[in-house]
Amino acid sequence: MENYAQLVPLIILIPSIGAFINLFVGARLPERAVAIIGSTAAILSFVVALLLYSYLSGGGAPVVVNPPFFDGWIRVAEIDISWQMRVDTLSVTMMMLVTGVGSLIHIYSAGYMHGDPRFHRFFAYLNMFFAFMLTLVAGNNFLMMFVGWEGVGLCSFLLIGFWFDKTRGVGWRNSLAARKAFIVNRVGDFGLMTAIFLIFWTFGTLDFYRPGEIANVEYAAHHASAAADDGHAAASDHGESASAHGESAVGAEEGAHGASTGSEVVYTNNDHIPTNQLGVFGQAERFLEEHHQVDFGPFSLPIETVLVLITLFMLIGAAGKSAQIPLFVWLPDAMAGPTPVSALIHAATMVTAGVYMMVRSNVFFYEADLTSLIVTLVGVGTALVGGFIALGQWDIKRVLAYSTVSQLGFMVAAVGIGAYSAAMFHLVTHAFFKALLFLGSGSVIHGMEHGHHAVSHGHDDHHDAHHQEEFDPQDMRNMGGLRHKMPITYITYLIGTLALAGIFPLAGFWSKDEILADSWLVGLFDNNIGGYIALGGLLLAAGFTAFYMWRQVTMVFYGSPRHEAAEHAHESPPTMTIPLIALAILSIAGGFINVPSGVLGLDGIFGAHRFTDWLAQSVVHAHAADFQALIALGALGLAVGAIFLASNLYGRDRAVVNHRDPLQTMATTAPIFSFANARLYWDEIYNRLFERPFNWLGKFLADVIDWRFWHDYVHDQVIGKGFNTIARLLANPVDLGLIDGVVNGIGALTKWVSGGARRIQTGYVRTYAITLLFGVVVVIIVLMLPLINNGG
Amino acid sequence: MVQTEAYLMLSMVLFVLGTMGVLLRRSAILVFMSVELMLNATNLALAAFARQWGSENGHMFAFFIITVAAAEVAVGLALIVAIFRTKRSINIDELHQLEG
Amino acid sequence: MENTGLGLITVVLFLPMVGLTILLFLDGRTQVENIKWTAFGTSIVTFLASLLLWAGYDAGNPALQFVERMAWIPQYGISYYVGLDGLSLLLVILTTFIMPLAILSSFRSHIFEERGREKLYYIFMLLLEWAMIGVFVAQDLVVFYIFWEVTLVPMYFLIGIWGAERRIYAAIKFFLYTRAGSILMLLAVLFVGGAAGTFALPEIIAGVQSGALSFPMDGLFSTQSFLFLGFFIAFAIKVPVFPLHSWLPDAHVQAPTAGSVILAGVLLKMGTYGLVRFCLPLFPQASIEWAPIIGVLAVIGIIYGAWVSYAQTDVKKLVAYSSVSHLGFVVLGIFALNAAGISGGILQMVNHGISTGGLFLLVGMLYERRHTKAIDAYGGIWKVLPVFGGISLLITLSSMGLPGLNGFIGEFTILLGTFGSQYLGFFFALFATLGVILAAVYMLYMFQKVYMGNVTKPENENLEPLHWQEYAVLIPIVVAIIAIGLQPAPFFRTMDASVGELASQFEQPEREVVEPVIVRNAP
Repeated sequence: MENYAQLVPLIILIPSIGAFINLFVGARLPERAVAIIGSTAAILSFVVALLLYSYLSGGGAPVVVNPPFFDGWIRVAEIDISWQMRVDTLSVTMMMLVTGVGSLIHIYSAGYMHGDPRFHRFFAYLNMFFAFMLTLVAGNNFLMMFVGWEGVGLCSFLLIGFWFDKTRGVGWRNSLAARKAFIVNRVGDFGLMTAIFLIFWTFGTLDFYRPGEIANVEYAAHHASAAADDGHAAASDHGESASAHGESAVGAEEGAHGASTGSEVVYTNNDHIPTNQLGVFGQAERFLEEHHQVDFGPFSLPIETVLVLITLFMLIGAAGKSAQIPLFVWLPDAMAGPTPVSALIHAATMVTAGVYMMVRSNVFFYEADLTSLIVTLVGVGTALVGGFIALGQWDIKRVLAYSTVSQLGFMVAAVGIGAYSAAMFHLVTHAFFKALLFLGSGSVIHGMEHGHHAVSHGHDDHHDAHHQEEFDPQDMRNMGGLRHKMPITYITYLIGTLALAGIFPLAGFWSKDEILADSWLVGLFDNNIGGYIALGGLLLAAGFTAFYMWRQVTMVFYGSPRHEAAEHAHESPPTMTIPLIALAILSIAGGFINVPSGVLGLDGIFGAHRFTDWLAQSVVHAHAADFQALIALGALGLAVGAIFLASNLYGRDRAVVNHRDPLQTMATTAPIFSFANARLYWDEIYNRLFERPFNWLGKFLADVIDWRFWHDYVHDQVIGKGFNTIARLLANPVDLGLIDGVVNGIGALTKWVSGGARRIQTGYVRTYAITLLFGVVVVIIVLMLPLINNGG
Repeated sequence: MVQTEAYLMLSMVLFVLGTMGVLLRRSAILVFMSVELMLNATNLALAAFARQWGSENGHMFAFFIITVAAAEVAVGLALIVAIFRTKRSINIDELHQLEG
Repeated sequence: MENTGLGLITVVLFLPMVGLTILLFLDGRTQVENIKWTAFGTSIVTFLASLLLWAGYDAGNPALQFVERMAWIPQYGISYYVGLDGLSLLLVILTTFIMPLAILSSFRSHIFEERGREKLYYIFMLLLEWAMIGVFVAQDLVVFYIFWEVTLVPMYFLIGIWGAERRIYAAIKFFLYTRAGSILMLLAVLFVGGAAGTFALPEIIAGVQSGALSFPMDGLFSTQSFLFLGFFIAFAIKVPVFPLHSWLPDAHVQAPTAGSVILAGVLLKMGTYGLVRFCLPLFPQASIEWAPIIGVLAVIGIIYGAWVSYAQTDVKKLVAYSSVSHLGFVVLGIFALNAAGISGGILQMVNHGISTGGLFLLVGMLYERRHTKAIDAYGGIWKVLPVFGGISLLITLSSMGLPGLNGFIGEFTILLGTFGSQYLGFFFALFATLGVILAAVYMLYMFQKVYMGNVTKPENENLEPLHWQEYAVLIPIVVAIIAIGLQPAPFFRTMDASVGELASQFEQPEREVVEPVIVRNAP
């Protein structure tokens, strides 16, 4: 079992290899080979995830794995950050989810992307996404998580902009959506990076847990005593796997102070580790006990305040990646990408990274009450806004996109109220049914496109050249009656819808109920206002969910076709329908991994709160909520009521009349509908508030300040021209006037003087001779003078 | 034995005659000859002193002067010939181009 | 004065000169191919020789290595004194790494069709390489100053002869601007040398550290401050630090591709190198006093450069302004005055040389095909040249600091250092981190406008695919980007001891703990 945990680097390596092969030689391979390479890589990493699962579920202890060949990463001065992976229940849950759903989507893509000129690149990107997403979840420190975090953002950028070259401006719009996604995410990353800096200077490390450290001490202690009850045989069995890393607990007799099995001491808590040897979460707990003051050089703060700051900055990061208010605007636009991408990245996996991060940091969030309240408000607000906007959309994928925003709001709100395992539970089930719905919608779009091809006599086979002028295969107004044309798609889509709406006993029911029950309990027992807000807001959002989903199902599948394309649509190939069926099964059964106790004896079959138990090993504050029959029934009733209402409104072919929604035709609801249809003018407000001032200021800085003022005026005019002016001044008045004047003056003086003096020179030899004689006589007299004086 | 003073008197007379010649004559040739006369007056004085002191230095100087004078004659006469060729005259009063 | 023999550094330093001498004997009209390949071969040999330096470098030893010293003007204490520590070594390698790429990228350039004179061009290239290596290995203030000035001359001619339309203006501006700073530095050099009685840098630094030599420092304006500023302004112009950047867009835009690559890749680093090599160890108190002010300028530069670059319509200008932003990070890291910040700054010098050099190469390749630098003239290039588009994306991402690529490591370490700095701290880091967002904004704007979208201009439909020489230029850059991103350890290890020694001067043993002013959050 030990060896399985050491396999974790493979889970990143395999998709990377797949990506490289497809990127470099994919263009020369046939489509089938590309699809096989890509899907094999995905499936192999799923197998690795399963092996890891078997390791952990067999009682294996969480381990920290150093990948080979990567000795350290950023190791300079006091910074020591390694490429290091962590295998624990939380990361393995995410791995299984990503690789499992991802593999299905790989297979689906082989059918969906058939005929695309960049088929190989699509698969390369998908595999690359795998590698980054798995880096994100497998990393044992915040920075490695951040690598994955931005890496998946990059893949998202690449895949949203995958059809960047479509004609008629569509490609441009796609690339705009891609850029928007990246930049909005970068705003979030700014928050996450700041949080990372704070964490580093608070704890001196970025590691989640150090090797040998126990994440959840209570859990470890609890399991140690359970193991003791099972008897020594079982205990030693566990011990073999765990002792090497000293994480699991063996031998309750020795209890919390550690026991020795064979040669090694096995601990059930972290008391023997000095604080600075712990990971960030362990240190945070110690610091909280000590009411530690964190010293930031110029100022110091109490640890509680620091945790609030850290979690608030983290929230910015999560809001970016998990599409929360105020940064959710990129996600609906991201639907420009191919549908499998929307399913994989923008519904099931990448967008849940924010939730994963918050659950991973549950120790921080648990202690930061202020942040938790804000997180709850953000989550509830997002759930409501997303749900509301979804009511008024025409585009089949946009409805799902806003639904995703809304459901992510559920998860974030769950984190806010402290229901970390419920958040993870909803994350998992949501991945199943939302991936199913997206793939279903992809199947519908595929069918509609082919139907349209059939109508326009298929004389143009090019993927994007001809058929986009009038016809939008994603517009639900063009659909209708697809139930008969695409039966498998229809049935699976219906299952997904019901699961999302929270109908018993599908997956969504259990996870949504867990969140609602938790918020009720939090409000009731902890006297936490956030609990009531979450309960009320999420119930309303759940009502929205059921309503807009049923509206969608009615528009797409019921009634009669409203467009020729819908009449000629036909079922998709098996590569697409098989993943649909698989996901439908998961959507039905996925909820049973975490059934609460006391509901129709289901816990007898599946075990009560298995998933929460499983998570508790790595999520310190994971806890299970008891089943609240009243709330469950209320939510169920609300969902059924909403479906009933929707079916009354939209059923019997009244879904779309004259390209208008029934809500649009009623005077009372028309403004509401148009408000939802306009997406609350959110983008427009951002455009006014941020984009335009930013662009304007950029232009102003660049053209006016930097170029015209600084470059042209100051440098060319003031300095350059000023230099020239001074130079001219120096050249004419100063140099010619003054300096030359002085020099010439001296010359003139000399000339004047010599003009007088030259008269001496007569040119007559005689004059010179007399002068000479005279001179000689004078010299002789001077020489003789002493003699004369002496003589005198 | 003739007194040294006598030689010196003669030398002085010759020197003054030479000087007068240089100052008063207009013909370049005569000026030149007067210069020679001055040089030889000097030679006479030197020889007289040499005899009085029994030193050879005076003779040495005299020989030097004779040699230099010979060289001077060669150059000087050549110059005078050159001047005559351009000016058609050797009247030194006409040669005053060095006038400032 | 000890007299050590000539060693490997001198070999590396003078190899370009050997090549240059060979070039002098080749005929500029008939032997153009020989000239090109001789120049390229010389630069490759120099690169290999500099790798020997790296191989022989003992990273654990913070002292200078490969020291060579010979008396030159002993009356004034000036000597030919060269040596390497971790910092210089990395920059020497960067120089010798960039030069072959710059030379190779010139082979097929259009500039010779109009202006010819290939021989002169390659002579200037090698002269430049010689001078740049000299700057990084010189350990004598006067020798350093001479090399520093020599780099101006070939660059001046490279811009002035083979540049674009406004080349004369740009060349003169470049020359004068740098020269103005150098004069201040020369004064400071003479003052320091005079006070110390020698121009040998290690001896002066030893004097400063032991307290035997000290420049009076009280308040922002004192002898040490003025000396510090004399050096700082010279280096700040070269970097360029925010308000002194006006020569950069001109020089970059007008220079030929290889010129821009060298300018961005190496010449700008001379400024930041100077800050670390001279300003910090010679004037530690002044560095501390001025750190916050310089930090503010750096942060303004980061944001301002990014913002201005976003609004450009000329690709080359956009990249040029991005340098202002990137080097703001480097300066910020250096004046964080701790090991993390300085190490990050040094690594970021290397990274910026590679990434921005790469960006200029890309722009040059586009220009060779379309003869325009206007962003609007492009669009959809990714579709026409898919591999080129992919490489461009990678270099763009590296430049905007995507984790896993080289730019991120530098930026992250710098920001971490800034955050933990006693002299800068939280808010500097916070605002500098905003620059990370802005980097994405302008880089992606450029990428989208040039590479994405459908091909709307018919001229762009049939672009010539990449020549093998162009691949040969880009591939080393791509490899370096990924390698440093995944494993920066060798680089950090190389500089660690040297930086640690430098940073130890700025550590205050006891931190002043201010009592908390912020009220605890409500329970």
